Order: sequence, then C-alpha cells, then structure tokens
Amino acid sequence: MSNPRVLELFRTHLPPQSIITDQAAVRPFETDGITAFRERPWVVVLPENVEQVRSVLQISHDHDVPVVTRGAGTGLSGGARPIRDGVLLTMSKMRKVIEVDLEACTATVEPGVTNLAISDAVREHGLYYAPDPSSQIACSIGGNVAENSGGVHCLKYGLTVHNVLGIRVQTIEGEELVLGGKTYDSPGYDLLALMMGSEGMLGVVTQVTVKLLPEPPDKRVLLGVYDDLPKAGDSVSAIIGDGVIPAGLEMMDALAIRAAEEYVHAGYPIDAAAILLCELDGSASQVEADADRVSDIMKAKGAINVRTATTEEECELFWKGRKAAFPAVGRLAPDYYCMDGSVPRHAIGRVLSEITRLSTVYQLPVANVFHAGDGNLHPLVLYDANKEGELQRAEAFGGKILEYCVAVGGTITGEHGVGVEKLDQMCLQFSEAELNQFHRLKAAFDPGALMNPGKAVPALARCSELGGMHVHEGKVPHPELERF
Amino acid sequence: MTGDDSERLMAHVRSAMDSDRAVSIEGEASKAFLGPRADGELLSTRGHAGIIEYRPDELVVTARAGTLLSELDAVLGAENQMLACDPPRFGGKGTLGGAIAVGFSGPARPWQGSVRDGLLGVELVNGYGERMQFGGQVMKNVAGYDVSRLMVGARGTLGLILSASLKVLPRPEYTRTVVAAVDHVEARRRSLNLLHKPFPISGSCYVDNRLYVRLSGNEAAVEDASEALGADVEVEESFWDQVRDHEHPFFQGNRPLWRISLARGSRPRSESSQEQLVEWAGAQVWAYMDDAQSPIEFGEGEHATPFRNVAGDSSKSISTADKYVRRLKAAFDPQDIFNRGMVV
Repeated sequence: MSNPRVLELFRTHLPPQSIITDQAAVRPFETDGITAFRERPWVVVLPENVEQVRSVLQISHDHDVPVVTRGAGTGLSGGARPIRDGVLLTMSKMRKVIEVDLEACTATVEPGVTNLAISDAVREHGLYYAPDPSSQIACSIGGNVAENSGGVHCLKYGLTVHNVLGIRVQTIEGEELVLGGKTYDSPGYDLLALMMGSEGMLGVVTQVTVKLLPEPPDKRVLLGVYDDLPKAGDSVSAIIGDGVIPAGLEMMDALAIRAAEEYVHAGYPIDAAAILLCELDGSASQVEADADRVSDIMKAKGAINVRTATTEEECELFWKGRKAAFPAVGRLAPDYYCMDGSVPRHAIGRVLSEITRLSTVYQLPVANVFHAGDGNLHPLVLYDANKEGELQRAEAFGGKILEYCVAVGGTITGEHGVGVEKLDQMCLQFSEAELNQFHRLKAAFDPGALMNPGKAVPALARCSELGGMHVHEGKVPHPELERF
Repeated sequence: MTGDDSERLMAHVRSAMDSDRAVSIEGEASKAFLGPRADGELLSTRGHAGIIEYRPDELVVTARAGTLLSELDAVLGAENQMLACDPPRFGGKGTLGGAIAVGFSGPARPWQGSVRDGLLGVELVNGYGERMQFGGQVMKNVAGYDVSRLMVGARGTLGLILSASLKVLPRPEYTRTVVAAVDHVEARRRSLNLLHKPFPISGSCYVDNRLYVRLSGNEAAVEDASEALGADVEVEESFWDQVRDHEHPFFQGNRPLWRISLARGSRPRSESSQEQLVEWAGAQVWAYMDDAQSPIEFGEGEHATPFRNVAGDSSKSISTADKYVRRLKAAFDPQDIFNRGMVV
C-alpha cells in the first residue's frame, strides 16, 4: 500500500509532524461524519501553507496517487472517506484569518478556519457570516465550499454559493486558480460557482473570501404547536406564500419533539404531533409586523398554540431542542440513518405520508426533522446495526425515501452532498447523458481522475448494474405522479 | 408566438453537428450591441417562449429561454411577486435565456442577488446534441456539479439553454427612495454605510451628483431607515426601472461606455464623476471613456469591460488563455458549434 518514493518526496516538502503514516495515528481519519463508511489511508498529510498543498498535489499527480481532501471531517455523505491507496490531504492546520476588511465587509480566511470562528472574529464589529450548518462549531469553511453548505438561516440568507465572493483553488496539476475576490463578478466562465459543492472533485480550496452581513437589530422566534403533521406542513406553504421570508422555518415531528425534549428540556409540548419554529429578523417594526402575520397564519392553519420568544435567552431555548435533535434522536436507537432529500414545499405533506407508510413496510421507526422553509427533509431512520439485516433495511428504506423525493420533483440531496453515500440514487436523478457530462466536466480539471476518485458522480457501469433494482423495466419509479 | 419549439432547436443543433457548422444563438437581439458577434448561422430562440410552470407559493418560476423578462415580470406582478434578481430588460426585449447568458444585474444586486444567485436549474442542449436537465425547482440542491450557474455569463458558448427556473420573491409592501445631493467623496462614505447597516436596502445609484438609495420592506421599517439615512427628496419608482433597463438619460450617450466592476467597499478612483453612474454601493460603475486606457487603477480582481460603442474590441470574448476554460468548453461543445468566435 505504502509508496516509499512518494513519502520521501513529501518529506522534502513538509515537516515531519505534518506526515502521518503510523497506523494507530491514522485511525481517527478513517471516516468523516458518516461512520458507516470507513477506510484507512496509507498516509495523512497536514500542510501548513499553500506551497505545501501544491507540493503534495504535484507529487501525487506525478506518481498517479489519488488524493482525498478533508476539512474538519464533519461531512454527512462520506465525501472525505479516505482511499486505501490514496493520500488524505487534511486542511485543518491552515486556520489563519488572513484579513477582515471592515470597509468591504469581507473576511478572507484559510480553509481550515471553522464556520463559527469567522463570525466570532467579526462579532465585535456588529457583523457575522450568514450560512450556519448545524456543525458550525466544528466544520471548516473549506468544507463548506466543497459541500455548498446551508443551515437553518439559508432560507433568507442563502447557501455558501451566495455568501462567498472569492476562493483560491489548487488543481491536481499544481496550478492556482484565483476565482472571484472582493468584486461581485469576474470575466469569463463562473468557475467560482462551479467549485461550490463540487465535493473535492475538481481542486483543493486554499483561501476563501466571504461576505459579512450586519447583525439584524431585532429577532423573534415563534413556536407553533400542531396536533396534526399535515397542518404544520400546510402552514409552511401558507407563510411563504403570504410574502413573509422568515430567517428560518423548521419543523419537527412527534418522535423528534419527544426525543429533543427528553434530551435538552427546551420546553417543547411532548404530546404535539408537530411543531414549527419560525425565526423572524430585521428592524423591530418589521419583526413585529411579521410575527403577527405568522402567528395568525399558524392559527388559521390549525395550530393549537403559538408561543413567542423575544429575549435572546428565550430564542436560544426554542432553538436548543432543534439544534440538539440529531443527537437526541440518536439516543432512541443504537444507530440512525439521516437522509437529506429536498422537495417542492407543496409536496412536503405527501412525502411525509409516504415516509410514514414506508416506516411500516420496513418496520423501522423514523423521526422527521427538517428545514421546512426550503423543503429540505431530514428523516432519521432508526436501526440497530448489530441486528441481522437492519442496516440493509435502513439503507433500503432511505433509498426509497429519496426515490420518492425525486419523483415529486425534488432532489436526493439538499445540503449533505452525494459523497459515497448517495451514488446509487444519482443514477435515479440523472440520465446517462447528464452523468457523462459530469464526468467530462471533472476531467477538464482532473484528467487523470486523481481527485477524490469514486465519489459524487457514479460510474455508468454502477448505474447499469442497479438498473434492474431501481428502475423497473426502464421506467422511473412512481409514474403515476406528475413531474414538475 | 409562444410555445415549445425545442424539437426544432434540437434538430438544428444536430444538423449543425453533422455538417460541422457553427450556430449563433440569438433571442430578441436586445444585446446585439455587446459584440463580438458569433460566427455561424442564426439559431433563434424566438418563439420558444412561455411560462412552463409558476406556483406562487413555491416562489419559483420556470420558463422557456425565449420568454421576455418583461412578460415574466408582468405575470409575477399579477401575483404581487417579482424575480429575486433584476437583470436589465433592454427596451422590454431582453429574454430569460439572454439574461442568463450575459449575467448582468441591476441596482438591487448587492442586497437581493444576481441572476446566478437566483438561478435554480436549467435545461440545455450540449454540443453532443443531448438534452439535459441540471438543478431543478427546489431551493437547495447539491446533487451533481452546479452546471446551471456555470451557464450564467457563459455567453451561450457551453450549450443552448432551453428553459430555466428562477427564484421568485414577494414584492415589498412598501418602497421609498431617499436622495442626497452629495459629491463623490461623500457618496462613497455613505455607500459604505449601506453595507454596514442592517437597513432594508434594495438598491443604490449615484448619478448627477446625487446618491439615490431605495428602501423596501414594511412601512415602519422603511420610514425608520429613511430617517436614519437623512433623506432630502423623494423619487418615483420609475427611476429604478430606468437605471435597471439602461433607459436613464445617462445611458443615452454615444461615446464609448465601459462597465467597471470594483471591489465591495471600493472608493471612486476617477476625477470625472460627471461621466459615471455608480451602482451596488460603489462596486458597479458605468463610465464613458474615450481612451481604452482606463484612468482607474485596479485592485485585485477588479476589471473594466467595453459595453457600448467601443470600437475594435475583442475583450468581451471569453478567453481561453486558461487551459481549464479551454477544456471546459471542449467538455460541453467539442466541435465548437455554439457561438464560435466568442471563445477565443
């Protein structure tokens, strides 16, 4: 497995403490945030600067060694799972804030800086970085670029692609691409947009310039309580349709509510069928007007109770349960499998009913937590990997949920990425021509297929093999449904 | 004259492939002044128009490439909604496909986003004659590479856009513009403030020694902000349409007009502010300059592109000096069928 010549070259460019080959020391790098996918790399390198990154890439390129880039390892699709014969290029030592430009309201940072650290660095100036994935305390901005991360507040403030102004990318051929900067646009193809969410397949991000926003002067969180899940779903469409753009609009179902309440005591009603959390921000008068409207809509759509948090502490308490939902649900079963489908908002009710039906078919409980305002679902399928066949059943269940998301006009992943986890479902969402286009696009940046090989876009052979399993007689699943 | 004309367009692309001819994509030719002209026979998206789907409560509209932006605005307006971006409509003739191909934005861009920001998905034909769908109608979608956004500003060189889905927003309840008569130094100071303060801003423009700031939101919020910004006079909403669509008197000059993209928070670096119209809190400058030699010293990433009446320029084409650009073009259009000559 080991490649002594390559190792020797790495040692001439990187300090000894930046090269790990000891098998015990390599172990923590075996997986990213999704521990079901595990592989031990033969070497982990932790460059301290861009020159070292470039050297690693050049050497790997010259010797045909695959490279997997890893940020903080919090990803939820196995995108940073190492490759046995490959280098694991870990960016966590590059964590300097290079510049905060208060006139431009931008921050320029190295890729290993955590998402939250950016906001921490500028908070004293009344500014913040808007995208806030739930892992923001740990996840790195380089990883956010690779995944085009979202978060609770992306409904109003957008995803990473809307909040990053410039990046520097090192290609496998050892070249630097300077994409964007502090301007709003650049001449030629928008390679900056293309790099967003490209899952480490096209290059390695070594510098990121983000847009900073002024902190909103006021915010308020409403908690709508429902005795019926579809009523909560209808409220989501009604709020958005009425012209309110909340800063966040989140939904939890009964199982998720009870798990969260038992875990963090956020004061959630444990007998509710669903709750909606709606955060409104802006000027005091805007927030007050919007809060009244949202409260009225929730009640009109059948909320049995609407509670309002106005102080910072109350708002935090309302959010505490939502933010702890994953670990809370994690206490209900030895394992859970988190899906990430994204659907048109009007289909939320239908998708939830289908998930409930599938839960009986596969005999596995499921908790639903999701970014309702964006139509981004996170069903958490509960299982026990130690019980014969449960993992396979959970995966099959998850696969069916994603098939249904595609059938109602949605997508298999809203924010977690494809990685290795959703390769099979990519075959459902994209045609052969589209997958081929993806492969050619990748080859434009990485002709030797050395960057994160085997991730994000399935080989066509894989899709043909699955053909019989997923696409029955060449037909898309659920032909009875309208596609839009 | 609206409907699905995609079969004709596909057939045209395939026949061009078979005989190795180039096609020059055109909608309503509203931006013909931009140049350079592509080689090849005309492939018109005129007639391939109309809204395919629009559900107001989804905040998304999907329409064919030849659909007029002005028609989209009218249909959305009837539901009290608007596009989340504000591309220029160029005399009401600008189309959806054209807006994506050039990627221009109007005065709201720093606060509401660009065409690229609001684009959720495209259907296109590549240089293999294949019909493909990327992205979709949902707000969040990270399955596969973001080919949709790659089309923005690509000038039609990577494929023929058949249809696209764009994000839609509710129209603001209340809008007000505040104006201050200030010199360009003071305009810059105030413009910076627009990025720093959490006001409900939806546009800025500095022209004729006046700084115009548009505020949108609920009435109380807008009034609070307009008080804080120190308003002098009020202005009609049509002012903003004129700026967006390049119908403001400033744009009527016959001299060479350049578009200059500066960094956020950038200072005006030319003495002749009479000859400029500045949007985006200082970051987008329209300037009349006779000399191709810009009087502005650029910082990293800042650039000027000829826009109108600039003789003998080729700098509007997409440069393949970069090998990745060259390879990308080949990955989509190996025979160089689409808009040949625009990528050089």
